[in-house]
Amino acid sequence: MDKYTLIPLLPLAAFCINILFGRFLIKDRAHWIAISAVLGSFIIAVMTFGEVAQGKTVNQDVYSWIVSGNFKVTIGFLIDQLTAIMLIVVTSVSLLVHIYSVGYMHGDPGYYRFFSYLSLFTFSMLMLVMGNNLLQLYFGWEAVGLCSYFLIGFWYEKKSASDAGKKAFIVNRFGDFGFGIGVMMIFLFLGSVHYADIFGTVGTLQGQTIQMFGYNVDLITLIALLLFCGAVGKSAQIPLHVWLPDAMEGPTPVSALIHAATMVTAGVFMVARFNPLFSLSPIAMNVVAITGAVTSLFAATIALVQNDIKRIVAYSTVSQLGYMFLACGVGAYGAGVFHLYTHAYFKALLFLGAGSVMHAMAGELDIQKMGGLKKYMPVTYWTFLIASLSIAGVPGLAGFFSKDEILWMAYNGGTVGRIVWAMGTVVAALTAFYSFRIIFLAFHGKFRGTHEQEHHLHESPKSMTIPLMILAIGAIAAGWVGIPELLGSNIGVGNWVAHFFEPVLGHPEVHGTHEEEWMVIGISIAAAFGGIFFAWVFYALKPEIPRTLAATFKGIYTTLWNKYYIDELYDFIIVRPTKWAATNVLMAVTDGGIIEGIVNGVPKAIGNFGERLRKLQSGHLQHYAVSMAIGLFVIMTLVLIASAGK
Amino acid sequence: MSYPILSTVIFLPIVGALLIFLMSRSNEALIKWTALLLSVLTFFLSVPLFLDFDKTTANMQFTESYQWIPSWGIKYALGVDGISVLFVLLSTLLTILCVTVSWNSIKDRTKEFYAALLLTEGAMIGVFCSLDLFLFYIFWEAMLIPMFLLIGVWGGPNRVYAAIKFFLFTLVGSVLMLVGIIVLYLNTGRSFDILQMMNTTYPFNLQLILFWAFFAAFAVKVPMFPVHTWLPDAHTEAPTAGSVILAGILIKMGAYGFLRFSMPILPEATRAMSPVMMILSVIAIIYGAVICLGQTDLKRLIAYSSVSHMGFVTLGIFALNTQGIQGGILQMINHGIVTGGLFLCVGIIYDRTHTRKIADYGGTATVLPIYAALFMVFTLASIGLPGTNGFIGEFLILLGGFTASKPMGVLASTGIIIGAAYMLWLYQRVFFMEVNPKVQGHPDVNFREILTVVPLVLLVLYVGFYPNTLLSFMDASVQNLINRVSTAGQPQQVAQQIIEVIK
Repeated sequence: MDKYTLIPLLPLAAFCINILFGRFLIKDRAHWIAISAVLGSFIIAVMTFGEVAQGKTVNQDVYSWIVSGNFKVTIGFLIDQLTAIMLIVVTSVSLLVHIYSVGYMHGDPGYYRFFSYLSLFTFSMLMLVMGNNLLQLYFGWEAVGLCSYFLIGFWYEKKSASDAGKKAFIVNRFGDFGFGIGVMMIFLFLGSVHYADIFGTVGTLQGQTIQMFGYNVDLITLIALLLFCGAVGKSAQIPLHVWLPDAMEGPTPVSALIHAATMVTAGVFMVARFNPLFSLSPIAMNVVAITGAVTSLFAATIALVQNDIKRIVAYSTVSQLGYMFLACGVGAYGAGVFHLYTHAYFKALLFLGAGSVMHAMAGELDIQKMGGLKKYMPVTYWTFLIASLSIAGVPGLAGFFSKDEILWMAYNGGTVGRIVWAMGTVVAALTAFYSFRIIFLAFHGKFRGTHEQEHHLHESPKSMTIPLMILAIGAIAAGWVGIPELLGSNIGVGNWVAHFFEPVLGHPEVHGTHEEEWMVIGISIAAAFGGIFFAWVFYALKPEIPRTLAATFKGIYTTLWNKYYIDELYDFIIVRPTKWAATNVLMAVTDGGIIEGIVNGVPKAIGNFGERLRKLQSGHLQHYAVSMAIGLFVIMTLVLIASAGK
Repeated sequence: MSYPILSTVIFLPIVGALLIFLMSRSNEALIKWTALLLSVLTFFLSVPLFLDFDKTTANMQFTESYQWIPSWGIKYALGVDGISVLFVLLSTLLTILCVTVSWNSIKDRTKEFYAALLLTEGAMIGVFCSLDLFLFYIFWEAMLIPMFLLIGVWGGPNRVYAAIKFFLFTLVGSVLMLVGIIVLYLNTGRSFDILQMMNTTYPFNLQLILFWAFFAAFAVKVPMFPVHTWLPDAHTEAPTAGSVILAGILIKMGAYGFLRFSMPILPEATRAMSPVMMILSVIAIIYGAVICLGQTDLKRLIAYSSVSHMGFVTLGIFALNTQGIQGGILQMINHGIVTGGLFLCVGIIYDRTHTRKIADYGGTATVLPIYAALFMVFTLASIGLPGTNGFIGEFLILLGGFTASKPMGVLASTGIIIGAAYMLWLYQRVFFMEVNPKVQGHPDVNFREILTVVPLVLLVLYVGFYPNTLLSFMDASVQNLINRVSTAGQPQQVAQQIIEVIK
């Protein structure tokens, strides 16, 4: 076994040990096993990254998984630049979240169970990013979904938590429906599901069409869009975004790891991985870009009015994921993955900060009931502020560089690119606004909660604050590997990350001038500071403004507050009719009426079946069984004799 | 192998049943231990079938053949190929679990119960091993009787209705098959030899008629839409062991029948009818899944889910390509493991609460955590999560189905969405949320129950991660089958076309 296999295997081993022995033997020592495993994975991941940075890539099989005729799939690893960066993101955030959870989950009766699931998740996510074929990606894809289901519903006694877990799984299945068909199409037309084979032969599909509902549909576009369905589900894009906000029912470290930094970015990873396919279909690319941009804007507007701190951050995640798709859609896969990487740190930090606040507030989530937390929990405040500055796109921090890269690439991306650039810029302003709305409402001003809560306010323990501080460093510095040439050339730094990704993700051609690039940067900086400024005016300077606005634009406000009524719509057009049909059509009419009617009706008409049934029910069951058997035998014998006599 | 291994595996349980029948009714312990010992012994005797099997050939292995009624051309002929050997092993394994799960729950007429169980086992294995149609039919009918008794005597309150419904459905199907068997007999030079029939070409019109005659018997057993309505009643009323055998093995005989008889003996008719069969399968998948959403009874829900899952099996089989058929066979085994496991689990909780109503549950995971974990594994396998056996079967079937017909493949894929919906909703209502007073205070699974369920849990995971063990067994036989179906009858078609051109 080589060291690459150990990367996913260590967390798997930790899962097996904790789930089997956690309940009776290990109990509250479960974190030792889980943390050492993920630490091991992290160290190997760093070593692997070092090798890849020097130009080494690995593509090897571990064992043959499924062989059926010409359908052959292995479990195997492809480690290239894209995988290497994902390995770093997954293992580092996972490690920090593991450590943070020691404090956060302390004393929970399901302590060992929590760490088992975290290990299982880490294993699954690593299998997803390391796979060298589409089916292993699918394995990881579903397995991370399962862990998400387990962890969202971790406190399963609560109906809302178990509902949210179930919803996440089922909504994702809608996306996987398309994804699965995409996988089958790829096998059908290319004869393999291994990346190397797919990308080697995908060009042969160019220009091929397939008949669908009487139309000729471009094959590559169709396959790309089917795969994208899966990404839409996993990465919570419109119209399958509805599960992610509800997923906040899970423990907060889970939200940070799974629903911000890693699992939800699997969709972006997949699109980036399949860039040779997507790039061949301009239509699919535009769909990706527009879906991303619309989702980004849509989610940002909802985040403006919500009061639940975790839900705001969740909508912010949906919005930022949209940003990553926007980048992929204009061909800037590298910029998208760069944003994935910086986002992992500042968004995990926002969630863990929110968790720290909840910890102090005895589970309170409503930012209207907070205020003035700055003086009680300084570490949480400063780290949360850094994360907010980073996501808002304040120059010098991680979020600025990746967001700027995306906007600049979008600006250069033709008509669609220009449109999504404009949308992205608006989103940037909104993002700064809602992020600082949290800062001003929760951390500044006066405390608005109960006296009891105020009495208990405290900074979180070291196991929680240290991960916050480490993530804060990431939220500041993670972007420094991708300083644009325009800014970097003055201080002698190149855009290292763009060159790093180039072999796998390519680099789109840029036609814009330096002046235009300065303009794009200027506008994005103005948007960031504008958003922060308005948040300050609204929530620190003149707190009556938001109330007046909400009252004036009541229709818009209630629509946003109710998240555009999408949940209600789905309930009305999908959930209810299906359940209704199950009970009132299938059970009552077809099964109960028609089929049973014929089944019971025919014998009834012939020989008064009901009467006999009643007699049978009076007893002597064996007697009748034996007579049936004898009757059967007699019939058989008679027929045989008759036929033998011919 | 120096002794007739198949005959031993078939008749050991049957002799054992007679032995139990002769025992004193009062000595329950002896009866139970004898049943357990015999089922374990039978299992160990069947293991060499697995170990000594030659995977490279599609020929029948471990064959035995004796003249039985020479004047009618009836032989006592047994043998297994890569398809049937798996079902023999599944039968011997599940029977052990049926004995252990019934250990404390069957208190009435214990003697007859275990005798009926062992009789069923012998007859089931006989069905899978017969190479003579007459012998096959005897086993096929013989297993009906003990099964009928298992439901009718040890079942729930509505057991008699369910048992008779089960009997009548299967009987009507069997009678049509009997007619078909006799017609085949007359057209094969008065022989019941299955291998000979596989090498005979029958006229196309005759094939069509025979196809539907056999269809009647096999479709009822599977059960395919629209002859599935006996299954929910039978499952709901049957005792746990009865449900496990029904779901685990009995309903596989239908699909096995298609593979062993319809396809190789009637290849042209199979090819002609495959679109119809695929449509019926897809209806079963969606219909069975949606109707699950309306169920309020635990066992009824799992029974309807069987209709949906068996729809996947027949879809794969009638896709008539490697992935479809291999997936179909694998999914039959998987369904036996998973649904068998689910019914075992339901039996375990029923022994405590004595209710099957979903509304009587809630919070079970809080009270019985280990039980909840075991049930979760089967739930995940049922919804086809990668890493479990269910995924491999379902994916290969969908791939095969999609290759054969894109609309069918797409429609069948919706089954994975609805499947997740009803199973997770069931799990939520039974295991999550607040603890229902009816569940409160019950003990978690005991050692005997863990031993009963864990073998199936391990199989779920083993097949999920290393399906090639099973796939390699069936490989040669499936290729052989596909060759037979795809090449048979083509010369005649060419001839017919030539004649038409000349006209």
